[in-house]
Amino acid sequence: MTATAQNGLKDKLLTFRHGVHPEEFKELSNHQPIERMPFVEDYTLPLLQHIGAPSKPLVRKGQRVKRGDMIAEPGSFVSVALHAPVDGTVTDVGLYGHPNGQMLPAIRIKADPFSTQQLDQPALRQPEELSKAEFIEAIQQAGIVGLGGAAFPAHVKFNISEDKPCRYLMLNGCECEPFLTCDHRVMVEYAEELIDGACILQRFIQAEKVYIAIEANKPDAVVALREAATKAGFPVEVVPLKVKYPQGAEKMMISAILGEEVPAGKLPIDVGVLVSNVGTIVAMSQYFRQSQPLIERVITVTGTAVRRPANVLVPLGTPMRDLVEFCGGVTGEATRILLGGPMMGIVQKSLDTPVVKGTSGILVLTEREVQDIDTFSCIRCGRCLEACPLFLNPARLGLLARKGLWDDMEDYNALDCFECGSCSYVCPSGIPLVQSIKVGKAMIRERKSK
Amino acid sequence: MVDKPKITISSSPFLHDQATTPKIMWELGYTLVPILLAAVYYFGLSALLVSAASIAGCLVTEYYLGKKGPLGNPLWDGSAVVTGLLLALTLPPGFPLWMAFVGGVVAIGMGKVIWGGLGQNVFNPALVGRAFLQAAFPTAITTWEPPDGRYWGLRGTNLAPPFYQGEPVDALSTATPLSEMKFSQEPTALSDLLLGNISGSLGETCGLLLLIACIYLIARRIVNWRIPVGILATVAAFSAILYLISPDRYPSPGFMLLAGGLLLGAVYMATDPVSSPLAPKGIWIYSVGIGFLVVLIRVWGGLPEGVMYAILLMNAATPLINRFVRPRVYGY
Repeated sequence: MTATAQNGLKDKLLTFRHGVHPEEFKELSNHQPIERMPFVEDYTLPLLQHIGAPSKPLVRKGQRVKRGDMIAEPGSFVSVALHAPVDGTVTDVGLYGHPNGQMLPAIRIKADPFSTQQLDQPALRQPEELSKAEFIEAIQQAGIVGLGGAAFPAHVKFNISEDKPCRYLMLNGCECEPFLTCDHRVMVEYAEELIDGACILQRFIQAEKVYIAIEANKPDAVVALREAATKAGFPVEVVPLKVKYPQGAEKMMISAILGEEVPAGKLPIDVGVLVSNVGTIVAMSQYFRQSQPLIERVITVTGTAVRRPANVLVPLGTPMRDLVEFCGGVTGEATRILLGGPMMGIVQKSLDTPVVKGTSGILVLTEREVQDIDTFSCIRCGRCLEACPLFLNPARLGLLARKGLWDDMEDYNALDCFECGSCSYVCPSGIPLVQSIKVGKAMIRERKSK
Repeated sequence: MVDKPKITISSSPFLHDQATTPKIMWELGYTLVPILLAAVYYFGLSALLVSAASIAGCLVTEYYLGKKGPLGNPLWDGSAVVTGLLLALTLPPGFPLWMAFVGGVVAIGMGKVIWGGLGQNVFNPALVGRAFLQAAFPTAITTWEPPDGRYWGLRGTNLAPPFYQGEPVDALSTATPLSEMKFSQEPTALSDLLLGNISGSLGETCGLLLLIACIYLIARRIVNWRIPVGILATVAAFSAILYLISPDRYPSPGFMLLAGGLLLGAVYMATDPVSSPLAPKGIWIYSVGIGFLVVLIRVWGGLPEGVMYAILLMNAATPLINRFVRPRVYGY
């Protein structure tokens, strides 16, 4: 029995209300099998690759490290460990360019040119033997963070308190951002690991039911996961969802599957749901079964300005320039380099920063996709209200932001906005709505902290 | 990188929907062309001249007083043409051209420019122009020419010189279906109302074309479906109640829906996004309010037609509606 059938909507895919339909551009890379990035000479590993406190370095300049060795330990509870992606020598611990635009402390490793780079770490205690506390600690030691993009430490999320039981575990394979295909390929090629990881996590959180949510444009992933679940004898419901942006936002996914809303200011766990990206779950399985901490991840390198769009398994710390070169480099038409998808991705000024745990895609666009349209006055057409998945009033918020009326913005629930960009996407007058709301949110927060 | 691309720094999102404000305006304008052609079919050259005069008034005013938009020239966003054409469609075919021109000047000047230009006005500009004309030239705007199959002959006082107080040309003037109903309780056949074989303003004669345009505009999401649906449903329901109480005294709902400027107003005037509320709940209040006022004015008011005032009154209420009727935000 599928959720769709239960709801009596056999032919209608589940979804949330509102949202937008940008062109998908997934065909550039969705049939490209995951390739392994060759090892390069230098790796830069920022100590802050997650939300929370930076990791504390455990290595000195000149020290030899093996692939998978811990090179930095968690800086606090909301922090994770960091591991060497290659056999090599630490050449520096200092300030280096970070994808977020700042110069931040990082460990620099020169790869050993004579190493086979085979992972050679001792076997770990299997999750079946661990207590819950040991499991949480193991996830932190593995350096695992949410691989969907936010890079929130996974062990903090998995550490469910007794008074907030988890009813549903939802694995997020929606991948609603245009262009990105890394989660798609992971679900197809690592279906067994994903089901194994779900099984491991389910043991500790005791959810009543496990869902895997996938947008309906990835039918091969739906089939692969259903088969893997049947083979493993693990009860999972693979739910195809309507292709609509931002279907992969956890609130929207919960609304689509359960028809429930997450109350404002609360987390999914407050309604008994734990949401995790599919890649995170695969990383967890690989840690326990193959003793491989989070030292590499799958990244989609795509865009019409990339010569050979691909899905690449990349060791963390690899310079983006080398990764893009591996994908044939960019054409002269490139005008925007983004980390992540085109709707929420962060623009980069250069490729001189390393791949980090939260990098899901490198997207290089040309003028053809980036239509900078002229800005007209708001004609109050209401398209932004019909796009906003949270039922906010972006037209009003944008106006208030431009006037600097931060208190009024808060009154209009600016802080609930999760910056999906649907409002700016639809605005026929080309008004930078989400951009102004971002500014307003920052101003409201700054005034509050004073 | 072999090539040296020019990289721009800006904030996401980087994709944009195809629709832009000028495209929406022009598309709205194109849907008015068949309606204008129908007016030409029924009223001949006069229809074309009145429209040209009104559009000219709008364009001249917008060109000299309007803000230069991002396109450089304020005319290129299409909104002035649409306003001029909409104003013309509310005028009688024999209307003096100079008055139509002045109407266009007032529509843009006082309906739009003084508020701050595109998107800033509280009232629908075309209706502001029409309200001005109704107040300034009450006789001319209620002098109706019947459709009589003449194409080249000019009607009524089309070429009257400005401010000339001549003898009223009353020989050709006829009653509109609404005034016949109001003052002599004589309903017009619904088929005539639907096909437009009646006297009336340029754009309010052919109900069928307006309904087709309405469906197209809703499908293209240029018009919010709640507005025409809300207005027409309210008018139908309210007048049905009256009709059931006393079929002799009150017109039938079908007549109410098809006669006068209701369809034109419901499809093109009330749906002006600038002067209608933003959120669905507010839109329902607005459209039901218009429908209610239309019946109220038509049945109990001093005028046979009430669509213009009904829309203008609800335009005035729109800022208030926007302020107090907010959508429920997710998670509250």
